[in-house]
Amino acid sequence: MSDLAIELRGIDKSFGLVHANRDINLKVRKGSIHGIIGENGAGKSTLMSILYGFYQADRGEIIVDGKPVAIRDTNAAIAAGIGMVHQHFMLVENFSVLENIMLGAEESQILNSSISKARIELKRLESEYGLEVDPDALIEELPVGIQQRVEILKALYRKADILILDEPTGVLTPAEADHLFRILAQLKAEGKTVLLITHKLREIMAITDEVSVMRRGEMVATRQTSQTSVEELAELMVGRRVLLRVEKGEAKPGATRLSLRNLTVKDGRGVTMVDTVSLDLKAGEIVGIAGVAGNGQSELLEAIAGMRRAVSGTMTLNGKPVEVTGTLDPAELRRRGLAHVPEDRHHVGLVLKFEESENAILGYHNNPKYRNGVLLNVDAIRAEAEEKIARYDIRPPNPRLKTANFSGGNQQKIVLAREMERGPDVLIIGQPTRGVDVGAIEFIHKRIIEMRDQGVAVLLVSVELDEIRALSDRILVMFAGRVVGERLPDASEGELGLLMAGVEGPKEAAE
Amino acid sequence: MSNPYAKLPNWAEYGLIPLVNLIVAFFVAGLVVLLVGENPLEAAYHLVNGAFGRGEYIGFTLYYATTFIFTGLAVAVAFHAGLFNIGGEGQAYIGGIGVALACLYFDQTLPWFVVFPIALVGSIAFGAAWAFLPGWLQAKRGSHIVITTIMFNFIASSLMVYLLTRVLKPLGSMAPQTRTFAEGGQLPKLDWLLGIFGLNIGNAPFNVSFLLALVAAFGVWVLIWRTKLGYEMRVMGHSPGAARYAGISESRITIIAMMISGGLAGMMALNPIMGEQFRMQLDFVQGAGFVGIAVALMGRSHPFGIIPASILFGMLYQGGAEIAFEMPTISRDMIVIIQGLVILFAGALENMFRPAITAALAGFAGRRAAVTQSKGA
Repeated sequence: MSDLAIELRGIDKSFGLVHANRDINLKVRKGSIHGIIGENGAGKSTLMSILYGFYQADRGEIIVDGKPVAIRDTNAAIAAGIGMVHQHFMLVENFSVLENIMLGAEESQILNSSISKARIELKRLESEYGLEVDPDALIEELPVGIQQRVEILKALYRKADILILDEPTGVLTPAEADHLFRILAQLKAEGKTVLLITHKLREIMAITDEVSVMRRGEMVATRQTSQTSVEELAELMVGRRVLLRVEKGEAKPGATRLSLRNLTVKDGRGVTMVDTVSLDLKAGEIVGIAGVAGNGQSELLEAIAGMRRAVSGTMTLNGKPVEVTGTLDPAELRRRGLAHVPEDRHHVGLVLKFEESENAILGYHNNPKYRNGVLLNVDAIRAEAEEKIARYDIRPPNPRLKTANFSGGNQQKIVLAREMERGPDVLIIGQPTRGVDVGAIEFIHKRIIEMRDQGVAVLLVSVELDEIRALSDRILVMFAGRVVGERLPDASEGELGLLMAGVEGPKEAAE
Repeated sequence: MSNPYAKLPNWAEYGLIPLVNLIVAFFVAGLVVLLVGENPLEAAYHLVNGAFGRGEYIGFTLYYATTFIFTGLAVAVAFHAGLFNIGGEGQAYIGGIGVALACLYFDQTLPWFVVFPIALVGSIAFGAAWAFLPGWLQAKRGSHIVITTIMFNFIASSLMVYLLTRVLKPLGSMAPQTRTFAEGGQLPKLDWLLGIFGLNIGNAPFNVSFLLALVAAFGVWVLIWRTKLGYEMRVMGHSPGAARYAGISESRITIIAMMISGGLAGMMALNPIMGEQFRMQLDFVQGAGFVGIAVALMGRSHPFGIIPASILFGMLYQGGAEIAFEMPTISRDMIVIIQGLVILFAGALENMFRPAITAALAGFAGRRAAVTQSKGA
């Protein structure tokens, strides 16, 4: 017996010419919570995929509980006692909790006996770890926090001693995240080992015993959590000192630029996603919209940007009405001074297969300055792209490179440069730093505040509550499509968290 | 890890991978030849010799290639806008009406170089009109273009049977075809072009529409990569979400892209009608619309890839006929099998050898790096 749950020795993995993991060594103590942090593309997910049998390492050894094991597929990982909770849940939506937990672990073709056995086992796990779920509820009817619990139960049902959680709090409210952390502490108390992959430094500090930092495919450091600090970890991740706090002065709000009255938006299935939302956005202020993902923020942004038709309500831009319920024309809104940084840069904000310079005119390609008679003026387009690359420090500085070959942070800068450099009156931004490395986050936040100081009205949607609180001058909280409260950025996280969870504050309750 | 394949250098992406696919296709085809008890090397000899052995053979190869350039470009243009136009066959067929009408009206009064542009406009107009309907149905009614274009192929076929047996057939004739055009409806051959290389074109119908095909290929390149319309088409083809974001009208682009595609398919009709038969016959398209799909796949929807791919398929057509002639146990159907294998390996199984080639290149690059390192030390 060994006191190490997992030991990795010299794990090496390349995808073609990309060296994703480089000679990784890692020791995870039994019965501990071990954090793995790193920027996007640092190789965390690849490493965990190797551990869980999705990929094979080119070289290196995996030692589980003192014995070297070959993990050729996920079944081998499960047999070795490793369970994984994926970032995007692997659950069958229209199956019940019980059916999902059994899936792949049925004992015979006839399900009856397996079902009753699973039910008994599930009851035992629930009571042992405090993981209450209704075994007969359908997955699609459960909130994400509970769905995640089902994923954990799935792993425990397969007798996992080592649990890997990949970015588990991305979809949770602060309260749900706290609950998850209590569950993890309980698991640890029962002797299970937890590997927590995240890019949120605060979570690492809050619950891990040890933390390992990855950077560019290498394991750069392992620290006792109690003997490190957020600043040190951030520096290790990025490889240089970073400023975590955003410096900003007082907002000087001016005239109202964008105004919504009772905007209601439905999705394709006819479900109301945005429910009678009204808001005013003034020049020179940043209004943040907080909320757990999926509470209508995305649809609200799309409706404002002219990409999704509203069912009812009105909108004015610079004092003039916009037909939000009629014909949609994002191009027309752009001409009227609205710039939009969409939430999903991969499928909406950029065409990944295009050259950088081609993306730098997306949405503005009608502008005659990019044309030379009937032809596109490719030279002018590339020259302008080069200017922006220099100003936004986009790397590599090559306007002819395919956009897919830029890192997440640089891709986001391409979008920001395009939308910010037109001198818009209103800038709406969705998830400005999702999948963006720490170094670029700093730059992006600074630029957003600069825009505000130049008198641009900024509407900011983000699922990162820290980001909303750091940047916003006012915060609106959305829950189930409605704006359930407005707070100043100095409101406590607990207060905002309650609003995000749909629990209205005492003042609102009295109304 | 959404894309586990690292990017390959261009020469490997556009040269090595198609070449490997092609070699494997021919290898498997060779096995099939073995199975029917013939010598694959002999078949290969007849294939190459039949396609390139004499000036006349080359003329035939390029004549077929001309047809495939048009239909390949047609598929490629739609493909850049994210549309899979299976209807090239029908659009080319209907495009023939435009060519035939121009020739029937003007062949006795005007010289070919005046009739040619009129027929060109006619072929584009009819082909585009036939593609407009599926485009409009998809844009406004959501009917899937793959389904509608297939159905329109059948409608075109029936319509042409009607026209060629009832309307366009000269009185008293028993053949379902128009009358033979006078000199104004006949395109001159490009014997001088092959003559430059000292080749004699013989009876091959290699004609000026080949030059038109080259111009069309260049035109498509300009359209796709150098115009605003082409830009909008590519945005829509790669990312419908980005198109919506950029304010690009999906229905407008769908309809326009389909009409350009149909127009290009229609232009194909010039080659057999004005260049070879000098009349419009039943079934003159002979599957070229479908070959266009394979050509576009193989040529990566790039005009400068479509030209060599067309020549390859021209070679398979012409050289294949030669195999069937020289080796009686190998029927024409055998050629269809070889073509199918090329399509299978070049199109459908395009990525089959990619991981191996990627790994081989990476290993090679790694070894080279190691060698230079050890030299440095």
